[in-house]
Amino acid sequence: MNNSFLQRFLSLIRTNSGLVILLLVALPLSALSADFITVNNLLTVALQTSMIAIAAIGMTFALITGGVDLSVGSVAALTGALAAGLSTRAGLETYPAILLALFAAVLVGALNGAMIAWGRIPPFVATLASMAAVRGLTLVYTQGRPISGLDEQFTFWATNISGIPVPLFVLLFVAIITYVVLHRSVFGNYIFAIGGGEETARLAGISPVRIKLGVYIISALCAGLTGLLLTARLWSAQPNSGIGLELDAIASSVLGGASLMGGAGSVGGALTGTFIIGILANGLNLLEVPSYNQQVIKGLVFIIAVILDYVLKRRLKKV
Amino acid sequence: MVFRRGHSSPIKIIMADQTYRLELKNITKSFPGVLAVQDVTLHAYVGEILALVGENGAGKSTLMNILSGAFSADCGTILLDGQEVKITSPRRAQELGIAMIHQELALIPQMTVAQNIFLGREPLFAAGTLVNIKKMMDDAQDILNQLGLDFAVNALISDLSIAQRQMVEIAKAISTKSRVIILDEPTSALSERESGKLFNLMRSLREQGVTLIYISHRMEEIFALSDRVAVMRDGQLVGVAPTKELTVGTIVQMMVGRELKDFFPKTETQRGCVTLEVQNLRSGARLKDASFTLYKGEIVGLAGLVGSGRTEIARVLFGADKNEGGEIRVDGQSVKIHSPQEAIRHGIGLVTEDRKVQGLFLGQSVRSNASVSLFQRLSRLGFLLYGKIDQWTRGAIQQLNIRASNLEQRAGNLSGGNQQKVVIARWLAVNPKILILDEPTRGIDVSSKAEIHSLISELAAKGVAILMISSELPEILGISDRILVMREGQLTAEFSRAEATQGRIMQAATGQLQNEGLNGS
Repeated sequence: MNNSFLQRFLSLIRTNSGLVILLLVALPLSALSADFITVNNLLTVALQTSMIAIAAIGMTFALITGGVDLSVGSVAALTGALAAGLSTRAGLETYPAILLALFAAVLVGALNGAMIAWGRIPPFVATLASMAAVRGLTLVYTQGRPISGLDEQFTFWATNISGIPVPLFVLLFVAIITYVVLHRSVFGNYIFAIGGGEETARLAGISPVRIKLGVYIISALCAGLTGLLLTARLWSAQPNSGIGLELDAIASSVLGGASLMGGAGSVGGALTGTFIIGILANGLNLLEVPSYNQQVIKGLVFIIAVILDYVLKRRLKKV
Repeated sequence: MVFRRGHSSPIKIIMADQTYRLELKNITKSFPGVLAVQDVTLHAYVGEILALVGENGAGKSTLMNILSGAFSADCGTILLDGQEVKITSPRRAQELGIAMIHQELALIPQMTVAQNIFLGREPLFAAGTLVNIKKMMDDAQDILNQLGLDFAVNALISDLSIAQRQMVEIAKAISTKSRVIILDEPTSALSERESGKLFNLMRSLREQGVTLIYISHRMEEIFALSDRVAVMRDGQLVGVAPTKELTVGTIVQMMVGRELKDFFPKTETQRGCVTLEVQNLRSGARLKDASFTLYKGEIVGLAGLVGSGRTEIARVLFGADKNEGGEIRVDGQSVKIHSPQEAIRHGIGLVTEDRKVQGLFLGQSVRSNASVSLFQRLSRLGFLLYGKIDQWTRGAIQQLNIRASNLEQRAGNLSGGNQQKVVIARWLAVNPKILILDEPTRGIDVSSKAEIHSLISELAAKGVAILMISSELPEILGISDRILVMREGQLTAEFSRAEATQGRIMQAATGQLQNEGLNGS
């Protein structure tokens, strides 16, 4: 009886190791800084985090298939730039401009998916190439300069509604949709299946090609949304925005339990992982740690978290 | 009797029926260089367990892979419930109600039991894209109940035992309304109790009219379980008979039947002093207890069925697997071997079973492959002395008669026999005292085989102690001075060259003649 209680407790930790890490990061911060647990500060964290979280959710899809999408930062920048450019310079209405920009993101995702699924190019290589090419396109389109002059319909997406940042609503919306797709739909089931054993899945009559195509489109679409929110928040599209976004997205997914070997990952995990990184960054800011040092600490925490997660999972497996 | 086609047809409940469920007619399948299945005509009844036996490489698995859609036959026809069928893919086989349960189970470890059972056929909500998870779980639970299985439908496959995973495969087969279920050595990884459970399950499926084809080496299981036995040898069906009319003796005789051919030149060797002594070697579930001795200049054949623990002996001696408590002595000195490097330091070499994965760098040159273990010795200040390496490699190529166009040729482009010689060349470079060869001539043409055999004999003549694992009895009998036989993780017999016959080895390997001639026990 005691034993079974212990087992249940351990298996609870095992399936929610991201939450455990989140607590491990948050508790000392709340002790060290009085400003940490305040509504204002937590809303700031939520705002900063929600944008990365959307990209991290998309990344989780790619990771579950055993792939990766390195182009998310570039796609975010391109989408933001196109939306800003089309709505200001090209004279389109804001929403058609945004939709066109998202369509461009979908195209990039489809191209990634096609290279990976049909061309059998390793995801790392295929998306590394599109990361460079898409960043280049963004620089060409923007001439390397920010595009500003966005109207209120655009900047609305980074304002607050009764104190709660709009990006948080967007994140909630994206999270619900992707949760249903990943954890409730046939398509989502097959994403896990090809990540867990592509050959087995193929023998069960699942077409890996279509699934992979869909996965990279989802990832690009999520990255595009992140790019739009970043643009709205800065009141302008920055040609260099989203640099390093792929690292944050991968780190968040993995912290949330996604496996780089494929077959594991969840929307909830991606959210938890992003909040771990967000809270850590915020806490270090409150403690006035210089930003260069923060980078080092972030890297270390990531490594420790992954090792802990790995060890925990292996240990608990035996229980 | 009319059967509806396709997966919609339910399992018919027909008892003691002599209706053909399955008719294979004149099936032939060749692979480059091998006639794997030759003109096999075989039928199976509704509601029977048909055992399919034969030595390794007799063509059983190829035949069953044709039936389950993994390979396509060169010619021949297949009738299922009286209708001719074309089994073009595993998917098609599944639709027709033919399921094969492989030794390497085809389940996705990170997914649940229910998800695996219904993979590719998930129950949906009416709208059509969302999985009806509750229905999937309920249906899976129904199947588990029907089969009397007690693990949870939402358990992850990776948390289940091998036996339980096998049951999941069967549940999957049941859920597709399979009429024919093929099981390829299902008990090789199971305990006795687990096997018993599987057998009860198989019997109850037989009662429901399912046809089960059961590939096994274990005679006691065949006699306990099967209605009829089909024996294959060298790609051909040599006999089918009701199990009641057979004895272990007659089956073994049908299995080994052929005459020993004389292309194994045996040179007399001089047995020297003891080089290797092994006491109570143990590792994992596959290797339970093995004690033996190797002498200088002697070739010892290690026979046994696939999975009997032969490869595990090789891997433990070479430090690739953990030694769980056994004692190893080299030249009288007790040694601990934790890694291949340590094994090499003690003079033990291993030519692995799978040369393509574990033995060769396929993309690299013959030179690097043959000389890689010399790099340390033939280098100065970390720079390779290419002149010396080339010189050594040329010598080895000549000595072993390796047919490579030049030193730069990629190892992957050599023939199987020449690849194996390159692997052996690498071991010549380090002068091992003990060389273990695991299936050294598998998939190699006859003439290269003979060359490799004489090479092994030469090495022995130079004083190397040889342990050769092989599934080919003629090979074992042809070049060994002494023969050890394993069965289910234990050494069960030892024969001198004079005592050994195919029948005796086969009987020891299948467990019919225990402990005959085993020294010191």
